[in-house]
Amino acid sequence: MSIDLKTIKHISKLSRISVDEQRAKKLVGDLNSIFDFIEKLNELKTENVKPLTSIAETTLKLRSDEVQSKNIREQIIKNSPQDNEDYFVVPKVIE
Amino acid sequence: MSEITKLSLTELVESIKNKKLSSSEVTKAFIERSEKSKVLNAFITKDFTSALDKAKKFDQKPDLNLKLPGIPMAVKDLFCTKNVKTTAGSKILNNFVPTYESTVTENIWSEGAILLGKLNCDEFAMGSSNETSFFGNVQNPIDKNLVPGGSSGGSASAVAGQLTPITIGTDTGGSIRQPASFTGTVGLKPTYGSCSRYGIVAFASSLDQAGPMAQNVKDCALLQEVISSFDVKDSTSIDFKRSHYSKDLTNNIKGKKIGIPKEYRVDGMPKEIEDLWQKGIEYVRDCGAEIINISLPHTSYALPTYYIVAPAEASSNLARYDGVKYGYRANGENLIDMYEKTRSEGFGAEVQRRIMIGTYVLSSGYYDAYYLKAQKVRRLIKNDFDEAYKKVDAILTPSTPSSAFKIGEKTNDPVSMYLNDIFTVPVNLAGLPGISIPAGHDAKGYPLGLQIIGKAFDEQNILNIAFAMEEKINFKNKITDWWIK
Repeated sequence: MSIDLKTIKHISKLSRISVDEQRAKKLVGDLNSIFDFIEKLNELKTENVKPLTSIAETTLKLRSDEVQSKNIREQIIKNSPQDNEDYFVVPKVIE
Repeated sequence: MSEITKLSLTELVESIKNKKLSSSEVTKAFIERSEKSKVLNAFITKDFTSALDKAKKFDQKPDLNLKLPGIPMAVKDLFCTKNVKTTAGSKILNNFVPTYESTVTENIWSEGAILLGKLNCDEFAMGSSNETSFFGNVQNPIDKNLVPGGSSGGSASAVAGQLTPITIGTDTGGSIRQPASFTGTVGLKPTYGSCSRYGIVAFASSLDQAGPMAQNVKDCALLQEVISSFDVKDSTSIDFKRSHYSKDLTNNIKGKKIGIPKEYRVDGMPKEIEDLWQKGIEYVRDCGAEIINISLPHTSYALPTYYIVAPAEASSNLARYDGVKYGYRANGENLIDMYEKTRSEGFGAEVQRRIMIGTYVLSSGYYDAYYLKAQKVRRLIKNDFDEAYKKVDAILTPSTPSSAFKIGEKTNDPVSMYLNDIFTVPVNLAGLPGISIPAGHDAKGYPLGLQIIGKAFDEQNILNIAFAMEEKINFKNKITDWWIK
């Protein structure tokens, strides 16, 4: 299987990472060499193998639903690139 | 040059407890040496003024019952530290100041240790040479223009260069053990679920684990004792009986069965690595352990599996960096354009590459062929270890297929860079503990490491084996202080 320029542009869109033409071309080469390497897995027959989804097979514990971090809104807002003291501000979404 | 920085953690703890040294004296010594060691570029953020204040406070009312009384310590910049900038080596988090503390660092400070600063690492821990950091590459104290390994490269460099008596790193595919091997230090990746992941910038959540990096096995055991804890804030944290790793440390490994997996004898492995491994086998035999040849048949599938699972999880984890709530933001014509530009400008090339691999293997039409396939092979890799552990107590392998390489040597070929982790990645996939100890030098005088892999939750056993081997090996790190004028 080989990844072409069109696929790179599609993945870039899904990843929300803009790439220019030059970088996209470089990524075609990089990703193809990585996927050539990954294709090795096809040597293995795995029809009857159960996928390993979690290494720590524990059940989730319940805890009481209590607020633990209080009054940190100001500090959190301070980390944002743009805010109006009460909210995060983003470019206009609805016309 | 101060003799204080030459002391091991255990010696420093003892000196402070015996009142031969104060926390202020120790802290000052490490700060002075760090100031002279800027060339190594081990630090991203220095917190020296505040460290001196804390040391002074400690000395005024020292609690000598603590495990790390007044010990200064720098940590990898992947651990969130309350009110101290945490970057994960990325431009996208260049201004991020956490409002909370990671559980692992919290455990360290509550035993009396003092934060010196935050150490350089590959961006989001993605790399094997510390060359993907937005804050520049790190020098290995062993030799000029040599990589310290990665992703915990700043941590390894800082311990080997004596800028911190001990440190913590994180290990997703070898990021503690490989740099430890490259710098002649000891690095432990604990069992998955042993150390809380709360407050650690996430890379691949089913693989990430924090662990100690130290000058010797005893120090390593002591820090593991401090950082390993059950934590309700991490849903994959495991509640098991943790031993007193440093108190219970013993060099008596008589009768232990040590497995030697034939599949780790890979094509093109340098003879010096093979020889080192042989020497290691003789050492454990000398200690009274029994050597048993074993097979881990799916070893060669571990790296391809890793390069599906880790990027897939990374692409999900790193979706949160969107320029809205924290971190870097680029200007865009609209919301989507802002996202795309922010991520394009904020992430470095390797991180972008991995997000894109991950997005692709999770995307519609490819999920079964790649991600599901990899999860199935991951099961086979884990089964290999389960089978082996019916016959042996631990497994001995080389830590890396080569010694440290030059800066820039492998940056243009991602696959050759990935091959660095060939012996460490299977351990993460199976969720097992693994420790790398320095075991010899190559022809150039660069350190080489051996890895001991244990059963899940059996850190004590591999620490004991490492401790017994360390005595036999009697390794001396060749540090010339070349970077200090």
